This record gives sequence, C-alpha cells and structure tokens, in this order.
Amino acid sequence: MQAMVYRGPYRVRVEEKDIPPIEHPNDAIVRVTQAAICGSDLHLYHGLMPDTRVGMTFGHEFVGVVEQVGSSVQNLKVGDRVMVPFNISCGSCYFCTRGVYSCCHNVNPNATAVGAIYGYSHTCGGYDGGQAEFVRVPFADVGPSIIPEWMSEEDALILTDACPTGYQGAEMGGIREGDTVVVFGAGPVGLFAAKSAWFMGAGRVIVVDHLDYRLERAREFAHAEVINFMHVDDIVVYLKRATDHLGADVVIDAVGAEADGSFLHAVTSNKMKLQGGSPVALNWAIDSVRKVGTVSVVGAYGPLFSAVKFGDALNKGLTIRAAQCSVKRHWPRLFEHVRSGILKPSEIVTHRLPLEEVAEAYHIMSSKLDDCIKPILYTHH
Amino acid sequence: MPYRAEKPRQAPPSSELRARIPGWGVDLDPKDRPAVPKEQFDPSATGAHWDFPQRQPTKWPRERSIEHKFLTPVFGTSCPPQGLSGVVRRYAYRYSEARAAHWLLLMGADRINVVEARLQALLSGRPDSRIRETGILSEFTHGGVRSRVGRDRADLSHQWIDAVGFIAPYVAVAGVAYMLMRRQSDRRRRIGANGQGMR
Repeated sequence: MQAMVYRGPYRVRVEEKDIPPIEHPNDAIVRVTQAAICGSDLHLYHGLMPDTRVGMTFGHEFVGVVEQVGSSVQNLKVGDRVMVPFNISCGSCYFCTRGVYSCCHNVNPNATAVGAIYGYSHTCGGYDGGQAEFVRVPFADVGPSIIPEWMSEEDALILTDACPTGYQGAEMGGIREGDTVVVFGAGPVGLFAAKSAWFMGAGRVIVVDHLDYRLERAREFAHAEVINFMHVDDIVVYLKRATDHLGADVVIDAVGAEADGSFLHAVTSNKMKLQGGSPVALNWAIDSVRKVGTVSVVGAYGPLFSAVKFGDALNKGLTIRAAQCSVKRHWPRLFEHVRSGILKPSEIVTHRLPLEEVAEAYHIMSSKLDDCIKPILYTHH
Repeated sequence: MPYRAEKPRQAPPSSELRARIPGWGVDLDPKDRPAVPKEQFDPSATGAHWDFPQRQPTKWPRERSIEHKFLTPVFGTSCPPQGLSGVVRRYAYRYSEARAAHWLLLMGADRINVVEARLQALLSGRPDSRIRETGILSEFTHGGVRSRVGRDRADLSHQWIDAVGFIAPYVAVAGVAYMLMRRQSDRRRRIGANGQGMR
C-alpha cells in the first residue's frame, strides 16, 4: 500500500508499505478514503515531539471503509463507512469508563502522561496513522462510529478531531450567558472553539491571530470580532481595553506549541527544541483573562517544560482547564448540530490533494501558503 | 470597570445574539454539554465487552515507561528501535517521564535516527531527495511569494532560519567544490610554471 512516511524534520514522502495486519482480536483494518493534516501534525513534522521515528506514518484524522475485522469485533462489519476518533481508547480502564477517552491507560506503553493517538510518535503509543491507504484501528468496538447516511465524508473527517476539539475548548471554559470569550488562534480548532462559544451563550467572541486570511474566516465562519496581534503594540493591553479593563471571562488557547509572537520563544522552542513548545499564546491567555477567570487549553504542547508564567495564573486565582479532546463523547451532540444545519465542519477545508502530494501538502500547511487552513489528502479508492 | 462592583456591560442582549448568530445558546444549559461534569462513570456506554482487554502478542521487547506497572495490553508496532538510535531510545526508557533526561535522550535519538536513515538510503542507492521530500516546489505552485509579501505575518521573523537551513548544505557543497577546483587549477599552474622554467 502507499503510505506517508516521515523522513526527518521538514521531510516526508510516500512509500510502499505492507498493509497492516490484525494484531488483536478487537482490531479492524480500515481502507482510508480521506485523511486530513492537523496543525498538531506540524509539531511532528518540525521534529518537536520526542520519539518521532523515521519511517512512521502520521495521520490521526481519517475516515474510510472497514476492510477486515478481528475475531471479537461486534459493532462493525466489512464494508461499513467509518469515522475514527483521533484517540485510541480501550473502553474499560479507569479513565474510559468515566468518559475521558483521551486519557486511556491501556493503549500507550510509552507514556502515562498521555493516551494514545494514531500516527503521533511513540510518545503517543507508536501506532501508524491514517495518511495511508490502510490503517490498523485498535478497539474497533470502542472508537469508530459508522458515518450516518446523511453526513458527508468531509464533515465526518473534520469531526474526528478539529471540530470536537474546538467544541471541548469552549466547553471547558465553563461559558455562561453573556461571557466575553477570547480565542487565541484562528486555525481549525480556534474557528470551532469560537463558533462553539456562541452555542454556549457567549456575549462576545474575540479571535486573535497574526494571519489576516484566517481572521477573515473567523469573522465569516464564526461571526467573531477579530484582531491581528501584529497590528497592536501589546495584545494584552488591547484586550484589557476592549473589555473595559476587566479582562475576558474565558480565554481559549487554540494555538499550542508553535505559537508566534515572540522571536525568543519561536527560536528556543521550534528551532532549538529547548522547550516543549512556545508558551506565547498560553502566557497571553493567562494575562488577558480576568482575575478568577478560566483559561481553557486545547492547543497541543510537547512533554518538555515550557516557560509558562504560572505565577500570574496563581495570583489571579485562575481556573486552568486543559485536555486532549475525548472525541467520541462529543459526537452525539455534534451530530445533532450538524444535522440541524447550525454547524458545517467541512466549511473550513481549503485544500484537497492526492496522497502522493503529501510533501507539498505538509509544506503548504506548515508555511501557510495559499491561505491554507485545512488540507485534506485523498486516496484513489 | 472592575474598580466598581458592577460587571461592565460588554455584550449585546441575548435576544439580539440569538437572532443574529445561528445556534446561539443551543448549549447554554450545561446539561446539554456532553462532557459536563468531566467524569461520568458509565462502563456500559463505551462499547467495550471486556473488563480488561485481551493482550496483544509482543513480537519484540517493547519499550515502555517505567511509570507503567506493566506493558499495556495493546500498543503500536510501528518502527521498532534499531541501530544506535534504538540503543539510545531503550536507554531513555530507564528514566521516568518526570525526568528531563528521558525526553532529551529521545530527542537525541530522533536526530541520530535521521542520520542513520540518510546513510541507509544512500548506501541502498536510493538517496533521499531534498526537493521532493520537503515539498519545496509548492512555493512556486501555491503562491510562496504572494503568501508572504505585504503581509504582517509574525512567523516571517524566523522563517528565514528554515530557508538558511535548506540552502546551507548546498552552499557548503558548492564552497568545498570551488575550493577543490581552485586548488587543482593552482597546482596545474604551478606545474606548468615549473615546466617552463626547466625548458
């Protein structure tokens, strides 16, 4: 089969690989029809994530058709069209049984501080991902869901990560009616966080980024007020003034490890790998939220330390909520929103390329060429 | 202003927002939010039909965090550790996730792994292609200039480092080639000059 393969920082290519076998009775093999590149894939692509091995296939956002099932699989059969959450979950551990699928304790031998994610380094379990023609899906009875007939494949694809992650970002903010919500990052997750903030009754939603084309999308897609932090002297002071010096009630960090806005942090984290990620967005979130407010973090950071201004968080009495999204938990409600028409996840897709052009797709996404927000890779099945 | 008791009025009335924004308030009630409260014990909702998963067979000694009691029943089988990078990776797993040594050794192993892969590709007669693998040609097909010029992008302050990193090996190879050629032509000239002198 053809599969995307990591060859080192900033280098990927398509190679011939063996079709993955069933390795556990509850495995399924899925023939991938579409896979997306996530902003967090760029952390791997840039060599930021420890234990990212040459030869690994990335891709934790994918949909496809069940090709083969293990002997104990009950809920899926060959030929089913399925969407697969980005996290792998056993369904029976302490965390899964409490609904926190992203923290499954039975699927990642390499680390206890994170669950397992498809194609996301050995730190996240060492599973090959879905930017390939076939992928092994462990615990087929727990994670995947059959794509409803009325749902488009692209909507389903975006529901495997970006959309529910943004929704959970808003949810963790504990938004109350009339709250002012600031979202750092107008990428896919930030766009969905901003949109979801309205669902939860926000009174104002302000999106911050440095890319005008993304802010324009935030204005159109998420009906948000927008501000380019490059156009103001100090984004924290700007946000204080915009909120009558109170600060925002809720701030969502939808940027994560590769936040721009500080040359020092960009170089020490992204180039020199001396931090687990640039803390710029998180520090701005801590500084621009009001005292006793909530900072919700859905941007992804690496396991190494970052220079976070934790003293400010303590002194301001903040609530900090952070999590990888427990995708499956959010699907029933998000399916309702898609069906009712208030949410159209595929609206954020900007680029569609064949799997063979995976290197170009990564470069376009990484360098933000051609007003890229969300690239999708398709196979020829 | 926060200097007084009242909360500053910032938002338009909810009725206006409901009319203007599709879906405003549909999840206003926390009961409609799927992950509120964060932990909800319901083993029957997961789809699992086991108390503890059957164990996946191990094909090689699988590296694992020493913070785990045992090897998890299911695990990924991509890219077993190999070569010098594999030795470093296995050594890194002697340290817990709490130790910087664990992560720094793994990052070091990642870099060694890249060198190993390059050499392996070279020796196999199919060297890596910087042009194809970096996707750099999309700069020409997807508006590399248009996407940057005239735009206030914060990442432009450090993107030049990537460009330098991409070009540096070519400059180094060209520099070495130039020096060798120059040395060769100097040598020829000296030999020629000596020959003339003898005549």
